[in-house]
Amino acid sequence: MKAGSNLEKILSSGQFAVTGELGPPKGADVSVIERKAKLLRGNVDSINVTDNQTAIVRMSSIAVSALLIRMGLEPNMQMVCRDRNRIAMQSDIFGAYALGIRNILCLSGDHQKFGNHPTAKNVFDLDSMQLLQTVKRMRDEHKVLGGDEIEGPPQMFIGAAANPFADPFEYRVIRLAKKVASGADFIQTQCIYDMGKFERFMQMVRERGLHQKVHILAGVTPLKSVGMAKYMKEKVAGMEVPDEIITRMKGAGKEKAREEGLNICVEQIQRLKQVEGVHGIHLMAIEWEDAVHTIVERAGLLPRPEA
Amino acid sequence: MIIAEGKPIKDILAMIEPYDKIIVAGCKGCVTVCSTGGEKEVGILSSALRLARQTQGRQLEIKEVTLERQCDTEYLEPLREYIDSYPAVLSLACGAGIQFLAEKFRKHPVLPAVDTQFIGVTEEQGVWTERCQACGNCVLDQTGGICPVARCSKSLFNGPCGGSKNGKCEIDSQVDCGWQLIYDRLKELGQLEKLEVVMPVKSWSTSRDGGPRKRVREDLKI
Amino acid sequence: MEKFEPIVIAFCCHYCAYTAADLAGTMRLQYPSNVRIIRLPCTGKVDIRHLLEVFEKGADGAYVAGCLEGDCHFLKGNFRAKKRVALAKRILGDAGIGEDRLEMFNMSAAMGPRFAEVAREMTERIRKLGPSPIKKGKGAEPSAKGNGKNAGGMAQGMEPKAQSL
Repeated sequence: MKAGSNLEKILSSGQFAVTGELGPPKGADVSVIERKAKLLRGNVDSINVTDNQTAIVRMSSIAVSALLIRMGLEPNMQMVCRDRNRIAMQSDIFGAYALGIRNILCLSGDHQKFGNHPTAKNVFDLDSMQLLQTVKRMRDEHKVLGGDEIEGPPQMFIGAAANPFADPFEYRVIRLAKKVASGADFIQTQCIYDMGKFERFMQMVRERGLHQKVHILAGVTPLKSVGMAKYMKEKVAGMEVPDEIITRMKGAGKEKAREEGLNICVEQIQRLKQVEGVHGIHLMAIEWEDAVHTIVERAGLLPRPEA
Repeated sequence: MIIAEGKPIKDILAMIEPYDKIIVAGCKGCVTVCSTGGEKEVGILSSALRLARQTQGRQLEIKEVTLERQCDTEYLEPLREYIDSYPAVLSLACGAGIQFLAEKFRKHPVLPAVDTQFIGVTEEQGVWTERCQACGNCVLDQTGGICPVARCSKSLFNGPCGGSKNGKCEIDSQVDCGWQLIYDRLKELGQLEKLEVVMPVKSWSTSRDGGPRKRVREDLKI
Repeated sequence: MEKFEPIVIAFCCHYCAYTAADLAGTMRLQYPSNVRIIRLPCTGKVDIRHLLEVFEKGADGAYVAGCLEGDCHFLKGNFRAKKRVALAKRILGDAGIGEDRLEMFNMSAAMGPRFAEVAREMTERIRKLGPSPIKKGKGAEPSAKGNGKNAGGMAQGMEPKAQSL
């Protein structure tokens, strides 16, 4: 056990894990967090807390993670490289651990151009790979990047993201291997709609033996409408949505769109459960947190194992 | 070379507002090559400023001059002959040249007529793009001759991130993904194994982050 | 009240627009004497500095007339001119002179009537716009006086400005 978190325990014991996601409020309003947390409680093993996602200023990931702990839930604190330099990041990791946070995800971060402060300076002192190395060094060698000893090393369960569909496809598995070598204990992928392509990716992962070195959680997002499906296909970077999904959503019409979206999602989960090397799912019900319970229930993933 | 772009005329007019007589100084270096501050552009800007002033019923006397360079003392000296007859200088050189001119002629306000943008190359006539960020620690041998600092929007050293689409950066479909370029090039060179190594954390102290930089060659100091 | 007679400078390429001007002459077509013609080997020779200089020297309007697109005697000269005119228009706009005082036209050598039409069109446009804004303010330079159609060479009073160094 590296961190002893709920997520780590479930994955280590070979059980199929379910993680959810919570987007912090665009302000200091705690009630938003409470509402979303309520919808996720009991339906997931731990909850990703995004870090100024899409470069839009929201309550900090560390603060929200700490609030979730107070509520008796387990956070996966996301940390992006866009806004902080190595000094701030290591400092926040100390603080996070002290506040009870045990899972951390090291990500690059969306470019600030997408957000509500496009004129901000971007930091990227470290990239996600180097951040992984840093957290691992802090945990295992008890040293900060600069070499000083740590008083009370943070024992984190370290996560990273992988996008099986981004360019160049052939390189994605190599990059995943690098992340594992850098210190990733678990991986969450971007949401998957093209099952065939993902299965090919997992084949390449298994060929390198990576599935035995890292826990991979496949990303899933339920579609609410054909408009959303099209948006994901055309506007979101690194996302692949096969035409047949668009067709299905369109065919469902306005009335049945959500129901069809849920069906597709549950089918995807069933299929993912069969893929060797997939140790869980990361359910990102964007702006549809109340669907989480329905999805995990229908996918036969309830009840969640005890913490 | 250094690429710069002319400031909007109304901004320049605001800067020269207090003056009826100025020197407009171009540079035959980089700004000539990127058609921003050479002899021709000095002529165009001077015409435009004179016309604009005349529509306001004011005059503007301009001495148009294009120096060899503005970043070397010897090439700035010729100004000394007549600069005292003019209350201000409007320079079209890059930021370095403008500042050096200001340093050499302390009694004269030196105003920037251009925005200095980046170190880049001429992709085709009329199109210039960024290539180098002057980070002070070049890794081009490891990345197939393509710079991750300048050409990746996030300056990642172990890219690409998950945002690229069809080899283009997430920020703009017209901008190449720097890491796609690196990947393609290393593939062409048969050096893909370089991408299996994690590139270590960068020291930014050799770049601007470390403070204003200086280079000295003792053997050349007279 | 005296009617405002604008000074309009026409940069004409030798192969098309200038020849069209000659043809207009032999056809005895009337066009305003406000238009002073400057003959160029090709409109591609026009430099943005020339386009701004005529306004500094007191022109109220100007236009560049070249061959029809695709038919330039020097192949791409008129395309270069088109882009330069576009940029010069923007600069004239920023300088407070007005984008509409400068224009680009295309015609073939056989289009005598078109030459005359353009000359009339531009003269009327500039007449409506009034004298160049530099003549309105105090301390403005007096407008250069012309004396009717010049069939070649530089219009009177329009010597090239010496480059100072």
